Amino acid sequence: MYPKELKYDREHEWVRMDGDVATIGISDFAQDQLGEVVYVDLPSVGDVVSTGESFGEVESVKSVSELFSPVSGEIVEVNSELDDAPELVNNDSYGDGWMIKVKVDNLSEVDALMDADSYEAYLAEEA
Amino acid sequence: MSTFSTAGGSAEIPMQESLTGTLIFERGAAESRCVEAPPLDVPTISLDGVLGGRARTAPPALPHVTEVDIARHYEQLARANFGVDSGFYPLGSCTMKYNPKIDEQACRLPGFARIHPYQPEETVQGALELMWGLQEALAEVAGLPAVTLQPAAGAHGELTALLTIRAFHTANGDARTKVLVPDSAHGTNPATVAMCGYKVVQIPSDERGGVDLEALRAALDTDVAALMLTNPNTVGLFDENILEITGAVHAVGALAYCDGANLNAIMGKSRPGDMGFDAMHINLHKTFATPHGGGGPGAGPVAVTEALAPYLPGPLVTREGEGFTLGTPARSIGRVRSFVGNFGVLVRAYTYIRAVGGEGLREISEQAVLSANYLKALLEDVWPVAYDRTCMHEFVMSGGPLRKATGVRTLDVAKRLLDYGIHPPTVYFPLIVEEALMVEPTETESKAILDRFAAVLRRIADEARTDPDLLHGAPYTTPVRRLDEAAAVKNADLAWRPEDVEA
Amino acid sequence: MRFIPVTCEEQVEMLARIGVQSVDELFSDIPEDARLARPLSLPEPMTEIALAAHLESLAGRDLDGGRVVSFLGAGIYDHYVPAIVDAVVSKPAFFTAYTPYQPEVSQGTLQAVYEFQSMICQLTGMEVSNASMYDGATAFTEAALMAARVTKRDKVVVSGAVHPEWRETLATYVESGTLEVVEVPAADGVTDAAAVAGMLDGRTAAVLVSSPTFYGTLEDLGALGALAHEAGALFVVATDPVLLGVLEPPAAYGADIVVGEGQGLGNAASYGGPGLGLFACRKEHIRQMPGRVAGKTVDVDGRTGFVLTFSTREQHIRREKATSNICSNHALNALAAGVYLAAVGAEGLAGIGEACIAKAHYLEAALVRTGRFERVFAAPFAREFALRWTGDVAAMQRHMLARGFLAGVDLGRFAAADDGLVLFAVTERHTREVLDRFVEEVSAL
Repeated sequence: MYPKELKYDREHEWVRMDGDVATIGISDFAQDQLGEVVYVDLPSVGDVVSTGESFGEVESVKSVSELFSPVSGEIVEVNSELDDAPELVNNDSYGDGWMIKVKVDNLSEVDALMDADSYEAYLAEEA
Repeated sequence: MSTFSTAGGSAEIPMQESLTGTLIFERGAAESRCVEAPPLDVPTISLDGVLGGRARTAPPALPHVTEVDIARHYEQLARANFGVDSGFYPLGSCTMKYNPKIDEQACRLPGFARIHPYQPEETVQGALELMWGLQEALAEVAGLPAVTLQPAAGAHGELTALLTIRAFHTANGDARTKVLVPDSAHGTNPATVAMCGYKVVQIPSDERGGVDLEALRAALDTDVAALMLTNPNTVGLFDENILEITGAVHAVGALAYCDGANLNAIMGKSRPGDMGFDAMHINLHKTFATPHGGGGPGAGPVAVTEALAPYLPGPLVTREGEGFTLGTPARSIGRVRSFVGNFGVLVRAYTYIRAVGGEGLREISEQAVLSANYLKALLEDVWPVAYDRTCMHEFVMSGGPLRKATGVRTLDVAKRLLDYGIHPPTVYFPLIVEEALMVEPTETESKAILDRFAAVLRRIADEARTDPDLLHGAPYTTPVRRLDEAAAVKNADLAWRPEDVEA
Repeated sequence: MRFIPVTCEEQVEMLARIGVQSVDELFSDIPEDARLARPLSLPEPMTEIALAAHLESLAGRDLDGGRVVSFLGAGIYDHYVPAIVDAVVSKPAFFTAYTPYQPEVSQGTLQAVYEFQSMICQLTGMEVSNASMYDGATAFTEAALMAARVTKRDKVVVSGAVHPEWRETLATYVESGTLEVVEVPAADGVTDAAAVAGMLDGRTAAVLVSSPTFYGTLEDLGALGALAHEAGALFVVATDPVLLGVLEPPAAYGADIVVGEGQGLGNAASYGGPGLGLFACRKEHIRQMPGRVAGKTVDVDGRTGFVLTFSTREQHIRREKATSNICSNHALNALAAGVYLAAVGAEGLAGIGEACIAKAHYLEAALVRTGRFERVFAAPFAREFALRWTGDVAAMQRHMLARGFLAGVDLGRFAAADDGLVLFAVTERHTREVLDRFVEEVSAL
């Protein structure tokens, strides 16, 4: 449910690091809460994101949620597959359902995020 | 749907054609016609010449149908539709009361239907007198003396009132930036606030379901332009602290606005003006029985205090000697739409008010409240009511416990009600009650209908315990079953196009 | 009381079941000082027979289109409405229904809305139409606000040749400073393209025009559209839907948003309301489009069905971030328009348009020949035209009213600059006989 190699934030985003590039998506919990995703509104390559600020929106039929960035940096890639197949967010939230890749300014920000066990505990607390 | 096959082995023929699904564009034949323009009795013209090269080159793809095709098509569509005349429609906050048919005759009278808004006033004195009479009646019910009939809908009325309030503050050299809105508010409230360029500040509700007074007092400062409140509120309760609330709002120089969606509960019993409100909108399509029309048109007149009157949009109707005239208030915010208002809707509301009179309006509110409390009493042991208090004309039940126990959600309950020939109550609103079901019976339902509704809901609760999958798959007997709403977005098909038709 | 079915006996039963003695106990949450201690001061109730007589008496004092020949237009037109329209609109299953939030029992409303949307797309040439709005003026206003959202700019340029009440409505909506509106005065009854060009810059979200204009004249939409797009702004065109049977649609000139007043499509004049706001745009902008929209889908058994869709734009989900606060549409008026368009079809609509235009040109030429009316604008017109009366307009209109005519709209009531101008609208209902009689009577003045 919560891959051990990933980091998580309180807004239910996950982060996978590869050097100084962070791949970001939303957790299984988040996609389940949303229901079937019908549209993802993402920024463009070259845009800058800041920690804690909104970088886009994810829509289901009856709700819309903002996406908050867990890190700061420049966007180097955006998952254009989500245009035609937004359901990837539901079906493969940690893999093909990824949303943006960010070149992280400050790697210590990533260290400060929760690991899988802490995130699970956080979810249990919130329930 | 049963079918039989013909002996010749040709395609299966269904016993009953589906009521819907075939578009009007797919009816008729290329040569079919219904109404034709009368023959030209003036010289013909060269269209392209006269229009300076703007003549249409390719005709629009509209249906080619005969009148019979049209009559059958819409009769089938109508049979797939459920209105108040079809059955019980307990939609909370919508006041789906019976629409009197005399109202329909009234708005169709030629003297109301075939008049133009720019006719000289002396040629429309009947219409102006009707509007004036309606203004006066609404002012009396609201307890607020100045009324505009311009707004076309409740949300439009909210906007009008908020703009009026803004103009008032501006005229007093008092630029404020915030509007307070309870967390139980209807979505139009914060949307309206944003449209007026104000910032929304949300106020929580307390355990009794009313506005949290402490939180309200903490949020009130001289930067607050107004509080937008629904009373009775969206959980069907009369806020017992209303006088303290409006008092606190006035103490910081702010104004109190009443969302009048729930006016059906208090006519003749209490008036928003007397509660301390400075402005309110009234939904004629709720409280005053004008038909909902499948989504509109409605009308959202706004009533205000004398202090706010000069800022109302014009034109509105005033008496002038023996007759009536249209005028614009001295410091009007301007108009919020074209022409005078949704006149056809105003005629219906006026007719309704003249039919029942003042005592009648009070009896209507009393019955609406009585019926709601009766239903609540019949159901509260099985469906926990959100607040253990006397309700007004509606009450909110929570489907949370049922969901926990059986996995059946309020959505499933709503869909199952359709199988019993009942339109579901409002679901998932207000947001502060888990798995909400908001029930508003209105005064136009018989006791037998109410008893049946309660019995059906109890039966559905049983079904949830014994056969939850049955409910997850409901409805079964409606013209269509559950629709794929996600596909509707992803594969967006919002208009028929001839080029999409397969040869 | 005929609208309350519960009997007195049943009321007693209900009170007993609740556990209170009287209905008043149910109102005990109302503080003493907020209670109304007297009856409402309203006229006494009326029986249906008395009420019907009262209404007929009121309506009888109004001079309706059946008793006078009217040349009034300016957005509200007295077209012939075929009988089948009211027959459909009067079906209780349509008019007593609520908004189709439970689609399984609302396929009638939803399919009718989808068909209406389709017809508006066909007429305007646009890809997407919403389920209608209140009227042309508010649709026009919402188009300006949408353009600002789409372009992320904060200024719009509006032609002074657009209906004054529409421009006024826009001004009221943006009074709080949410958008800057620059109005460019009309020149010769049409948009002053050069002046518009001078107002365009990197802050312009849209250029808003109407064709026909308020004066009935036809714009050079191609040129205006090009100007707008050069500046990176959206091109918003207000149109007259009845004329779209014979006029090239706004889409052909690059319109990004098309709005209009749809009353002329199968709806009575009804003193100007309820109207029918038309709103159509490009598919790529669907998420910024205000108002309800119906879409086609399938149910669990694979049956075709229709639902309200793209709801996440709207107020009940997005709340303060919604595209608009609008909740309702004018569904019943849209239904009437759909039936009307099915009844007349493309050929019928073209015939009606041609009749209106031919009769309008016949009347205009005849009026000018009397020597009492002067042409003022060079631009072509369709079914509505403005002429200058060589005398006192009010006196002329009074004189003609006494002879059974509503002699056009006095444009001086909207702008001093248009003093002396009279706007005439002609529909397919005006016979040659009444046109000739009007010309005869007015020339005798």
